[in-house]
Amino acid sequence: MSATEKIYFYPLWLRIWHGFNALGIITLIFTGISMQSSIESAQIVGFNIIVNIHNIAGTVVTLSYFIYFIGNIVTPNGKYYIIKPQGFLKKPIKQAIYYAWGMFHGMKAPFPISEKRKFNPLQKYIYIIVMYMAVPVVIVTGIALLFPEIIIDKIYTFSGVFVTAILHSAMGFFISIFLIIHLYIASIGKSPIDNFKSIINGWHQAH
Amino acid sequence: MKYRLALLVSIFIYCISFSLNAQSYQNAEHHPCLKCHSQQSYSFHNSVTNLEMKRLMNPYYILDTVAMTSGVHKQFDCTDCHSSEYGTYPHQANLKLEPLSTCLDCHGGDASFAKYQFERIDEEFKKSVHYKAYGDNFTCTKCHSQHTYRATARTSDNVLEIVDYSNKMCLSCHNDMKKYKLVSGHDNPKLVQIHEWLPNQELHFQHVRCIECHTEVVDSLMVSHDILPKEKALRKCVECHSANSRLKASLYKYQNLQKRSEKGDLNTVLANESYIIGSHQSPILKLASIIIFLLTLVGIVIHSVFRILKKK
Repeated sequence: MSATEKIYFYPLWLRIWHGFNALGIITLIFTGISMQSSIESAQIVGFNIIVNIHNIAGTVVTLSYFIYFIGNIVTPNGKYYIIKPQGFLKKPIKQAIYYAWGMFHGMKAPFPISEKRKFNPLQKYIYIIVMYMAVPVVIVTGIALLFPEIIIDKIYTFSGVFVTAILHSAMGFFISIFLIIHLYIASIGKSPIDNFKSIINGWHQAH
Repeated sequence: MKYRLALLVSIFIYCISFSLNAQSYQNAEHHPCLKCHSQQSYSFHNSVTNLEMKRLMNPYYILDTVAMTSGVHKQFDCTDCHSSEYGTYPHQANLKLEPLSTCLDCHGGDASFAKYQFERIDEEFKKSVHYKAYGDNFTCTKCHSQHTYRATARTSDNVLEIVDYSNKMCLSCHNDMKKYKLVSGHDNPKLVQIHEWLPNQELHFQHVRCIECHTEVVDSLMVSHDILPKEKALRKCVECHSANSRLKASLYKYQNLQKRSEKGDLNTVLANESYIIGSHQSPILKLASIIIFLLTLVGIVIHSVFRILKKK
Protein backbone atom coordinates (compact mmCIF):
# COMPACT_ATOMS: atom_id res chain seq x y z
CA MET A 1 0.00 0.00 0.00
CA SER A 2 1.58 3.25 -1.06
CA ALA A 3 1.79 6.15 1.33
CA THR A 4 -0.32 8.38 -0.86
CA GLU A 5 -3.15 5.94 -1.47
CA LYS A 6 -6.53 7.48 -0.82
CA ILE A 7 -9.73 5.65 -0.04
CA TYR A 8 -13.15 7.30 -0.28
CA PHE A 9 -14.22 6.21 3.15
CA TYR A 10 -17.05 8.46 4.24
CA PRO A 11 -19.90 8.89 1.74
CA LEU A 12 -21.81 12.17 1.73
CA TRP A 13 -24.86 10.88 3.65
CA LEU A 14 -22.60 9.56 6.37
CA ARG A 15 -20.77 12.86 6.68
CA ILE A 16 -24.06 14.77 6.86
CA TRP A 17 -25.29 12.42 9.57
CA HIS A 18 -21.99 12.65 11.40
CA GLY A 19 -22.10 16.46 11.26
CA PHE A 20 -25.64 16.72 12.63
CA ASN A 21 -24.91 14.06 15.21
CA ALA A 22 -21.69 15.74 16.35
CA LEU A 23 -23.24 19.19 16.72
CA GLY A 24 -26.34 17.71 18.36
CA ILE A 25 -24.44 15.55 20.82
CA ILE A 26 -22.09 18.38 21.80
CA THR A 27 -25.09 20.67 22.38
CA LEU A 28 -26.80 17.94 24.40
CA ILE A 29 -23.75 17.38 26.56
CA PHE A 30 -23.32 21.04 27.40
CA THR A 31 -27.00 21.73 27.98
CA GLY A 32 -27.30 18.42 29.86
CA ILE A 33 -24.47 19.32 32.23
CA SER A 34 -26.03 22.74 32.66
CA MET A 35 -29.39 21.20 33.59
CA GLN A 36 -27.72 18.87 36.07
CA SER A 37 -26.23 21.83 37.88
CA SER A 38 -28.52 24.62 36.81
CA ILE A 39 -27.67 26.97 39.62
CA GLU A 40 -24.22 27.61 38.19
CA SER A 41 -25.36 28.14 34.63
CA ALA A 42 -28.52 30.08 35.42
CA GLN A 43 -26.55 33.31 35.44
CA ILE A 44 -25.59 32.81 31.77
CA VAL A 45 -28.68 31.24 30.17
CA GLY A 46 -32.02 30.63 31.86
CA PHE A 47 -32.98 27.10 32.83
CA ASN A 48 -36.08 27.00 30.61
CA ILE A 49 -34.08 28.13 27.57
CA ILE A 50 -31.48 25.44 28.24
CA VAL A 51 -34.27 22.85 28.50
CA ASN A 52 -35.69 23.98 25.16
CA ILE A 53 -32.29 23.82 23.46
CA HIS A 54 -31.72 20.36 24.93
CA ASN A 55 -35.11 19.17 23.66
CA ILE A 56 -34.49 20.54 20.17
CA ALA A 57 -30.96 19.09 19.97
CA GLY A 58 -32.36 15.77 21.22
CA THR A 59 -34.93 15.77 18.42
CA VAL A 60 -32.20 16.54 15.84
CA VAL A 61 -30.03 13.68 17.11
CA THR A 62 -33.03 11.32 17.12
CA LEU A 63 -33.90 12.17 13.52
CA SER A 64 -30.28 11.93 12.40
CA TYR A 65 -30.03 8.57 14.15
CA PHE A 66 -32.64 7.28 11.72
CA ILE A 67 -30.45 8.43 8.81
CA TYR A 68 -27.59 6.48 10.34
CA PHE A 69 -29.70 3.42 11.11
CA ILE A 70 -31.35 3.24 7.70
CA GLY A 71 -28.10 4.21 5.94
CA ASN A 72 -26.35 1.25 7.51
CA ILE A 73 -29.09 -1.07 6.28
CA VAL A 74 -29.41 0.15 2.70
CA THR A 75 -25.76 0.99 1.95
CA PRO A 76 -22.67 -1.23 2.24
CA ASN A 77 -21.53 0.84 5.25
CA GLY A 78 -23.35 -1.54 7.61
CA LYS A 79 -20.92 -4.37 6.88
CA TYR A 80 -18.16 -2.62 8.84
CA TYR A 81 -20.14 -3.24 12.01
CA ILE A 82 -20.38 -7.01 11.67
CA ILE A 83 -18.44 -8.96 14.29
CA LYS A 84 -17.14 -12.43 13.57
CA PRO A 85 -16.94 -14.93 16.44
CA GLN A 86 -13.37 -15.74 15.43
CA GLY A 87 -11.02 -13.91 17.83
CA PHE A 88 -13.98 -12.27 19.55
CA LEU A 89 -11.87 -11.11 22.50
CA LYS A 90 -8.35 -11.64 21.16
CA LYS A 91 -8.63 -9.10 18.37
CA PRO A 92 -9.78 -6.08 20.42
CA ILE A 93 -7.24 -6.94 23.15
CA LYS A 94 -4.50 -7.01 20.52
CA GLN A 95 -5.60 -3.55 19.37
CA ALA A 96 -5.70 -2.25 22.94
CA ILE A 97 -2.16 -3.55 23.56
CA TYR A 98 -1.08 -1.78 20.38
CA TYR A 99 -2.49 1.56 21.61
CA ALA A 100 -1.06 1.19 25.09
CA TRP A 101 2.34 -0.30 24.32
CA GLY A 102 2.93 -1.45 20.74
CA MET A 103 2.71 1.89 19.00
CA PHE A 104 5.51 3.24 21.14
CA HIS A 105 7.70 0.18 20.49
CA GLY A 106 7.74 0.15 16.73
CA MET A 107 4.88 -2.34 16.39
CA LYS A 108 2.84 -2.02 13.20
CA ALA A 109 -0.89 -1.45 13.53
CA PRO A 110 -2.28 -5.00 13.88
CA PHE A 111 -5.44 -4.19 11.90
CA PRO A 112 -4.51 -1.59 9.30
CA ILE A 113 -7.42 0.23 7.78
CA SER A 114 -8.41 -0.80 4.26
CA GLU A 115 -11.47 -0.73 2.06
CA LYS A 116 -12.51 -4.00 3.65
CA ARG A 117 -11.82 -2.89 7.19
CA LYS A 118 -12.88 0.60 8.12
CA PHE A 119 -12.69 0.12 11.87
CA ASN A 120 -10.16 -1.77 13.93
CA PRO A 121 -11.76 -4.42 16.19
CA LEU A 122 -11.66 -2.33 19.36
CA GLN A 123 -13.14 0.65 17.54
CA LYS A 124 -15.84 -1.57 16.03
CA TYR A 125 -16.89 -2.92 19.44
CA ILE A 126 -17.06 0.52 20.99
CA TYR A 127 -19.00 1.97 18.05
CA ILE A 128 -21.52 -0.87 18.31
CA ILE A 129 -21.94 -0.34 22.05
CA VAL A 130 -22.34 3.41 21.64
CA MET A 131 -24.44 3.55 18.48
CA TYR A 132 -26.61 0.48 18.96
CA MET A 133 -26.97 0.46 22.73
CA ALA A 134 -26.16 3.75 24.48
CA VAL A 135 -27.65 6.14 21.89
CA PRO A 136 -30.93 4.17 21.52
CA VAL A 137 -31.28 4.07 25.33
CA VAL A 138 -30.68 7.82 25.53
CA ILE A 139 -33.21 8.43 22.76
CA VAL A 140 -35.90 6.22 24.32
CA THR A 141 -35.42 7.61 27.84
CA GLY A 142 -35.24 11.13 26.42
CA ILE A 143 -38.59 10.72 24.66
CA ALA A 144 -40.00 9.24 27.88
CA LEU A 145 -38.85 12.26 29.87
CA LEU A 146 -40.45 14.56 27.32
CA PHE A 147 -43.74 12.72 27.90
CA PRO A 148 -43.40 11.65 31.53
CA GLU A 149 -47.01 10.48 31.69
CA ILE A 150 -46.02 7.39 29.66
CA ILE A 151 -43.47 6.34 32.29
CA ILE A 152 -44.70 3.72 34.75
CA ASP A 153 -45.08 5.15 38.24
CA LYS A 154 -43.01 2.63 40.11
CA ILE A 155 -40.24 0.24 39.18
CA TYR A 156 -40.07 -1.99 42.26
CA THR A 157 -39.72 0.69 44.96
CA PHE A 158 -38.12 3.24 42.68
CA SER A 159 -39.91 6.12 41.08
CA GLY A 160 -40.20 5.48 37.34
CA VAL A 161 -39.24 9.03 36.43
CA PHE A 162 -36.20 8.83 38.70
CA VAL A 163 -34.96 5.58 37.13
CA THR A 164 -35.56 6.94 33.62
CA ALA A 165 -33.73 10.16 34.41
CA ILE A 166 -30.79 8.34 36.00
CA LEU A 167 -30.55 6.01 33.01
CA HIS A 168 -30.74 8.98 30.66
CA SER A 169 -28.02 10.96 32.37
CA ALA A 170 -25.81 7.91 32.99
CA MET A 171 -25.94 6.97 29.30
CA GLY A 172 -25.45 10.61 28.36
CA PHE A 173 -22.38 10.66 30.58
CA PHE A 174 -21.09 7.45 28.98
CA ILE A 175 -21.50 9.02 25.52
CA SER A 176 -19.63 12.14 26.74
CA ILE A 177 -16.69 9.97 27.84
CA PHE A 178 -16.86 8.19 24.48
CA LEU A 179 -16.73 11.55 22.71
CA ILE A 180 -13.59 12.60 24.57
CA ILE A 181 -11.83 9.32 23.73
CA HIS A 182 -13.23 9.39 20.17
CA LEU A 183 -11.74 12.84 19.58
CA TYR A 184 -8.43 11.83 21.11
CA ILE A 185 -8.10 8.57 19.17
CA ALA A 186 -9.00 10.48 16.01
CA SER A 187 -5.85 12.50 16.54
CA ILE A 188 -3.78 9.31 16.14
CA GLY A 189 -3.14 9.35 12.42
CA LYS A 190 -0.53 10.36 9.92
CA SER A 191 -0.77 13.78 11.45
CA PRO A 192 -3.03 14.73 14.37
CA ILE A 193 -5.55 16.51 12.11
CA ASP A 194 -5.58 13.89 9.35
CA ASN A 195 -8.66 12.02 10.49
CA PHE A 196 -10.55 15.25 11.15
CA LYS A 197 -9.96 16.28 7.52
CA SER A 198 -11.19 12.87 6.36
CA ILE A 199 -14.57 13.11 8.06
CA ILE A 200 -15.11 16.45 6.32
CA ASN A 201 -13.91 15.65 2.78
CA GLY A 202 -14.64 11.94 2.85
CA TRP A 203 -11.17 10.77 1.74
CA HIS A 204 -9.00 8.73 4.01
CA GLN A 205 -5.26 8.72 3.50
CA ALA A 206 -4.06 5.22 4.08
CA HIS A 207 -0.66 4.84 5.61
CA MET B 1 -56.59 -6.72 92.36
CA LYS B 2 -59.60 -4.50 92.81
CA TYR B 3 -57.81 -1.60 91.17
CA ARG B 4 -56.72 -3.77 88.31
CA LEU B 5 -60.30 -4.87 87.72
CA ALA B 6 -61.50 -1.30 87.88
CA LEU B 7 -58.83 -0.30 85.38
CA LEU B 8 -59.79 -3.11 83.01
CA VAL B 9 -63.45 -2.17 83.21
CA SER B 10 -62.72 1.48 82.55
CA ILE B 11 -60.47 0.58 79.58
CA PHE B 12 -63.27 -1.64 78.31
CA ILE B 13 -65.83 1.13 78.61
CA TYR B 14 -63.43 3.58 76.95
CA CYS B 15 -62.91 1.23 73.99
CA ILE B 16 -66.62 0.53 73.71
CA SER B 17 -67.37 4.23 73.68
CA PHE B 18 -64.91 4.74 70.80
CA SER B 19 -66.25 1.82 68.84
CA LEU B 20 -69.80 3.00 69.43
CA ASN B 21 -69.00 6.41 68.05
CA ALA B 22 -67.21 4.98 65.05
CA GLN B 23 -70.12 2.63 64.64
CA SER B 24 -72.57 5.50 64.60
CA TYR B 25 -70.63 7.29 61.83
CA GLN B 26 -70.61 4.14 59.81
CA ASN B 27 -74.36 3.64 60.26
CA ALA B 28 -75.26 7.22 59.59
CA GLU B 29 -78.96 6.53 59.26
CA HIS B 30 -79.08 5.58 62.94
CA HIS B 31 -77.09 8.59 64.14
CA PRO B 32 -79.30 11.37 65.55
CA CYS B 33 -77.49 14.08 63.56
CA LEU B 34 -76.13 12.22 60.58
CA LYS B 35 -79.41 10.61 59.65
CA CYS B 36 -80.21 14.05 58.21
CA HIS B 37 -76.75 15.59 57.75
CA SER B 38 -75.38 12.83 55.58
CA GLN B 39 -78.34 12.84 53.21
CA GLN B 40 -79.44 15.01 50.30
CA SER B 41 -82.88 15.38 51.89
CA TYR B 42 -84.42 15.00 55.31
CA SER B 43 -87.88 14.35 56.73
CA PHE B 44 -89.60 15.55 59.87
CA HIS B 45 -93.05 15.78 61.39
CA ASN B 46 -94.46 19.28 61.24
CA SER B 47 -96.38 19.62 64.48
CA VAL B 48 -98.10 22.83 63.31
CA THR B 49 -99.60 21.44 60.11
CA ASN B 50 -99.48 17.87 61.38
CA LEU B 51 -97.84 16.78 58.14
CA GLU B 52 -94.79 14.63 57.31
CA MET B 53 -92.39 17.03 55.54
CA LYS B 54 -89.49 16.19 53.25
CA ARG B 55 -86.96 18.88 52.41
CA LEU B 56 -83.63 19.30 50.67
CA MET B 57 -80.58 19.55 52.89
CA ASN B 58 -78.36 22.60 52.48
CA PRO B 59 -75.46 21.10 50.46
CA TYR B 60 -72.88 22.84 52.68
CA TYR B 61 -74.32 21.00 55.70
CA ILE B 62 -74.05 17.52 54.19
CA LEU B 63 -71.21 15.58 55.76
CA ASP B 64 -69.08 12.92 54.11
CA THR B 65 -69.46 10.10 56.64
CA VAL B 66 -66.90 7.90 54.91
CA ALA B 67 -64.24 10.61 55.17
CA MET B 68 -65.31 11.27 58.78
CA THR B 69 -64.48 7.73 59.86
CA SER B 70 -60.86 8.20 58.73
CA GLY B 71 -60.48 11.79 59.95
CA VAL B 72 -58.30 12.80 62.89
CA HIS B 73 -61.36 13.62 64.99
CA LYS B 74 -63.23 10.40 64.28
CA GLN B 75 -63.52 9.46 67.95
CA PHE B 76 -65.56 12.56 68.74
CA ASP B 77 -69.29 12.77 68.50
CA CYS B 78 -71.03 15.81 67.01
CA THR B 79 -72.15 17.20 70.36
CA ASP B 80 -68.62 17.04 71.76
CA CYS B 81 -68.05 20.27 69.81
CA HIS B 82 -71.53 21.42 68.83
CA SER B 83 -74.17 22.31 71.39
CA SER B 84 -76.27 19.43 72.69
CA GLU B 85 -79.29 21.64 72.03
CA TYR B 86 -78.95 20.69 68.38
CA GLY B 87 -80.70 17.51 69.51
CA THR B 88 -84.06 19.14 68.82
CA TYR B 89 -85.51 20.10 65.46
CA PRO B 90 -86.08 22.78 64.20
CA HIS B 91 -82.71 23.86 65.62
CA GLN B 92 -82.88 27.06 67.64
CA ALA B 93 -81.78 30.07 65.63
CA ASN B 94 -79.48 31.46 68.32
CA LEU B 95 -77.39 28.27 68.25
CA LYS B 96 -75.78 29.67 65.13
CA LEU B 97 -74.28 32.49 67.17
CA GLU B 98 -72.66 30.15 69.64
CA PRO B 99 -68.88 30.31 69.38
CA LEU B 100 -67.31 26.99 68.44
CA SER B 101 -63.99 25.81 69.78
CA THR B 102 -61.01 26.83 67.68
CA CYS B 103 -58.16 24.43 67.01
CA LEU B 104 -55.93 26.15 69.54
CA ASP B 105 -58.57 25.75 72.27
CA CYS B 106 -57.76 22.06 72.33
CA HIS B 107 -54.38 21.79 70.64
CA GLY B 108 -52.69 24.91 71.98
CA GLY B 109 -50.34 24.69 74.95
CA ASP B 110 -50.69 20.93 75.18
CA ALA B 111 -47.46 18.92 75.46
CA SER B 112 -48.99 15.95 73.67
CA PHE B 113 -49.51 18.08 70.56
CA ALA B 114 -46.18 19.90 70.85
CA LYS B 115 -44.67 18.22 67.81
CA TYR B 116 -47.36 19.77 65.59
CA GLN B 117 -46.26 23.26 66.71
CA PHE B 118 -49.78 24.69 66.69
CA GLU B 119 -48.68 27.98 68.28
CA ARG B 120 -46.03 28.58 65.65
CA ILE B 121 -48.49 27.69 62.91
CA ASP B 122 -50.83 30.30 64.38
CA GLU B 123 -48.05 32.91 64.38
CA GLU B 124 -47.19 32.13 60.77
CA PHE B 125 -50.84 32.16 59.74
CA LYS B 126 -51.35 35.62 61.25
CA LYS B 127 -48.79 36.92 58.72
CA SER B 128 -50.51 35.24 55.79
CA VAL B 129 -52.60 36.84 53.09
CA HIS B 130 -55.57 34.76 54.29
CA TYR B 131 -55.57 36.37 57.72
CA LYS B 132 -55.05 39.83 56.27
CA ALA B 133 -58.02 39.42 53.93
CA TYR B 134 -60.51 37.84 56.31
CA GLY B 135 -59.18 38.25 59.83
CA ASP B 136 -60.41 35.88 62.50
CA ASN B 137 -63.19 34.75 60.18
CA PHE B 138 -60.53 32.80 58.35
CA THR B 139 -60.46 29.86 60.72
CA CYS B 140 -58.22 26.82 60.41
CA THR B 141 -61.23 24.88 59.21
CA LYS B 142 -61.41 26.91 56.01
CA CYS B 143 -58.61 24.65 54.78
CA HIS B 144 -58.50 21.81 57.33
CA SER B 145 -61.99 20.41 57.59
CA GLN B 146 -62.42 19.53 61.24
CA HIS B 147 -64.81 16.73 60.24
CA THR B 148 -62.64 14.87 57.77
CA TYR B 149 -59.06 16.15 58.05
CA ARG B 150 -56.26 13.61 57.80
CA ALA B 151 -52.62 14.46 58.57
CA THR B 152 -51.56 13.04 55.20
CA ALA B 153 -48.15 14.69 55.09
CA ARG B 154 -47.22 12.86 58.29
CA THR B 155 -48.95 9.56 57.74
CA SER B 156 -48.69 8.86 54.02
CA ASP B 157 -45.51 7.63 52.40
CA ASN B 158 -46.73 8.48 48.94
CA VAL B 159 -45.63 11.93 47.79
CA LEU B 160 -48.29 12.08 45.09
CA GLU B 161 -51.05 11.42 47.62
CA ILE B 162 -49.70 14.13 49.93
CA VAL B 163 -49.47 16.59 47.05
CA ASP B 164 -52.99 15.77 45.90
CA TYR B 165 -54.47 16.08 49.40
CA SER B 166 -52.67 19.34 50.07
CA ASN B 167 -53.61 20.91 46.75
CA LYS B 168 -57.26 19.95 47.14
CA MET B 169 -57.35 22.07 50.31
CA CYS B 170 -56.33 25.12 48.26
CA LEU B 171 -58.55 24.26 45.33
CA SER B 172 -61.63 23.80 47.50
CA CYS B 173 -61.84 27.61 47.53
CA HIS B 174 -59.51 28.76 44.76
CA ASN B 175 -61.40 26.66 42.26
CA ASP B 176 -64.82 27.46 43.73
CA MET B 177 -66.42 30.72 42.77
CA LYS B 178 -68.75 31.05 45.77
CA LYS B 179 -66.31 30.11 48.49
CA TYR B 180 -63.57 32.25 46.98
CA LYS B 181 -65.79 35.29 46.71
CA LEU B 182 -66.98 34.88 50.29
CA VAL B 183 -63.45 35.55 51.55
CA SER B 184 -61.95 37.83 48.92
CA GLY B 185 -65.04 39.75 47.78
CA HIS B 186 -64.19 39.27 44.11
CA ASP B 187 -64.21 36.50 41.50
CA ASN B 188 -61.54 33.82 41.64
CA PRO B 189 -58.77 34.12 39.02
CA LYS B 190 -58.59 31.27 36.52
CA LEU B 191 -55.79 29.06 37.82
CA VAL B 192 -54.82 27.50 34.50
CA GLN B 193 -54.51 30.92 32.89
CA ILE B 194 -52.50 32.61 35.59
CA HIS B 195 -50.10 29.65 35.70
CA GLU B 196 -49.70 29.66 31.93
CA TRP B 197 -46.06 30.72 32.22
CA LEU B 198 -45.23 27.50 34.06
CA PRO B 199 -43.83 24.82 31.73
CA ASN B 200 -45.51 21.39 32.02
CA GLN B 201 -48.23 22.95 34.13
CA GLU B 202 -50.26 19.80 34.67
CA LEU B 203 -47.23 17.82 35.75
CA HIS B 204 -46.21 20.52 38.20
CA PHE B 205 -49.72 20.57 39.68
CA GLN B 206 -49.64 16.82 40.20
CA HIS B 207 -46.18 16.66 41.72
CA VAL B 208 -45.71 19.93 43.56
CA ARG B 209 -47.86 21.41 46.30
CA CYS B 210 -49.23 24.91 45.75
CA ILE B 211 -47.68 25.93 49.08
CA GLU B 212 -44.22 25.10 47.74
CA CYS B 213 -44.23 28.34 45.74
CA HIS B 214 -46.94 30.30 47.57
CA THR B 215 -45.54 30.27 51.10
CA GLU B 216 -42.51 31.50 52.94
CA VAL B 217 -40.81 28.15 53.50
CA VAL B 218 -39.39 27.81 56.99
CA ASP B 219 -36.91 25.05 57.51
CA SER B 220 -38.00 24.32 61.06
CA LEU B 221 -41.71 24.04 60.37
CA MET B 222 -43.10 21.12 58.42
CA VAL B 223 -45.76 23.07 56.59
CA SER B 224 -45.44 26.79 56.31
CA HIS B 225 -48.69 28.64 56.96
CA ASP B 226 -47.55 32.07 55.85
CA ILE B 227 -49.36 32.11 52.50
CA LEU B 228 -47.86 34.93 50.47
CA PRO B 229 -49.69 37.45 48.30
CA LYS B 230 -49.55 36.43 44.66
CA GLU B 231 -46.92 39.04 43.76
CA LYS B 232 -44.49 37.32 46.10
CA ALA B 233 -45.09 33.80 44.78
CA LEU B 234 -42.07 31.97 43.45
CA ARG B 235 -41.49 32.22 39.72
CA LYS B 236 -37.89 31.13 39.39
CA CYS B 237 -37.26 27.66 37.96
CA VAL B 238 -33.86 27.40 39.60
CA GLU B 239 -35.29 27.74 43.08
CA CYS B 240 -36.41 24.14 42.72
CA HIS B 241 -34.36 22.91 39.79
CA SER B 242 -31.01 23.29 41.43
CA ALA B 243 -28.57 21.46 43.62
CA ASN B 244 -29.78 23.46 46.59
CA SER B 245 -33.44 23.02 45.85
CA ARG B 246 -36.03 24.87 47.84
CA LEU B 247 -38.06 21.66 47.86
CA LYS B 248 -35.47 20.07 50.08
CA ALA B 249 -36.59 22.35 52.87
CA SER B 250 -40.18 21.19 52.76
CA LEU B 251 -42.12 18.04 52.07
CA TYR B 252 -39.31 16.25 50.29
CA LYS B 253 -36.93 16.77 53.15
CA TYR B 254 -39.35 15.23 55.62
CA GLN B 255 -40.13 12.38 53.28
CA ASN B 256 -36.46 11.73 52.81
CA LEU B 257 -35.71 11.81 56.53
CA GLN B 258 -38.64 9.57 57.31
CA LYS B 259 -37.63 7.03 54.68
CA ARG B 260 -33.98 7.15 55.67
CA SER B 261 -34.90 6.15 59.18
CA GLU B 262 -36.91 3.24 57.81
CA LYS B 263 -34.75 1.90 55.03
CA GLY B 264 -31.18 3.09 55.46
CA ASP B 265 -29.18 5.59 53.46
CA LEU B 266 -28.31 3.92 50.18
CA ASN B 267 -31.82 2.85 49.38
CA THR B 268 -33.14 6.33 50.09
CA VAL B 269 -30.66 7.91 47.73
CA LEU B 270 -31.67 5.56 44.93
CA ALA B 271 -35.37 5.27 45.67
CA ASN B 272 -35.93 8.95 46.23
CA GLU B 273 -39.30 9.82 44.80
CA SER B 274 -38.59 13.49 44.90
CA TYR B 275 -36.41 13.45 41.83
CA ILE B 276 -36.39 16.74 40.05
CA ILE B 277 -34.41 17.73 37.06
CA GLY B 278 -31.31 19.69 37.79
CA SER B 279 -30.56 18.63 41.29
CA HIS B 280 -27.81 16.17 41.98
CA GLN B 281 -30.08 13.84 43.90
CA SER B 282 -27.71 10.95 43.57
CA PRO B 283 -24.35 11.96 45.08
CA ILE B 284 -22.88 8.48 44.54
CA LEU B 285 -23.37 8.70 40.80
CA LYS B 286 -22.07 12.25 40.78
CA LEU B 287 -18.86 11.17 42.50
CA ALA B 288 -18.48 8.14 40.20
CA SER B 289 -18.90 10.33 37.13
CA ILE B 290 -16.27 12.80 38.31
CA ILE B 291 -13.81 9.95 38.99
CA ILE B 292 -14.40 8.33 35.56
CA PHE B 293 -14.03 11.71 33.86
CA LEU B 294 -10.74 12.46 35.63
CA LEU B 295 -9.36 8.97 34.92
CA THR B 296 -10.16 9.46 31.22
CA LEU B 297 -8.32 12.76 31.17
CA VAL B 298 -5.33 11.31 33.05
CA GLY B 299 -5.19 8.38 30.59
CA ILE B 300 -5.26 10.76 27.63
CA VAL B 301 -2.59 13.02 29.09
CA ILE B 302 -0.25 10.07 29.82
CA HIS B 303 -0.81 8.66 26.32
CA SER B 304 -0.18 12.06 24.72
CA VAL B 305 3.07 12.48 26.65
CA PHE B 306 4.30 9.14 25.33
CA ARG B 307 3.22 10.07 21.81
CA ILE B 308 5.15 13.33 21.99
CA LEU B 309 8.20 11.62 23.45
CA LYS B 310 8.10 8.84 20.86
CA LYS B 311 7.04 11.26 18.11
CA LYS B 312 4.05 9.16 17.13
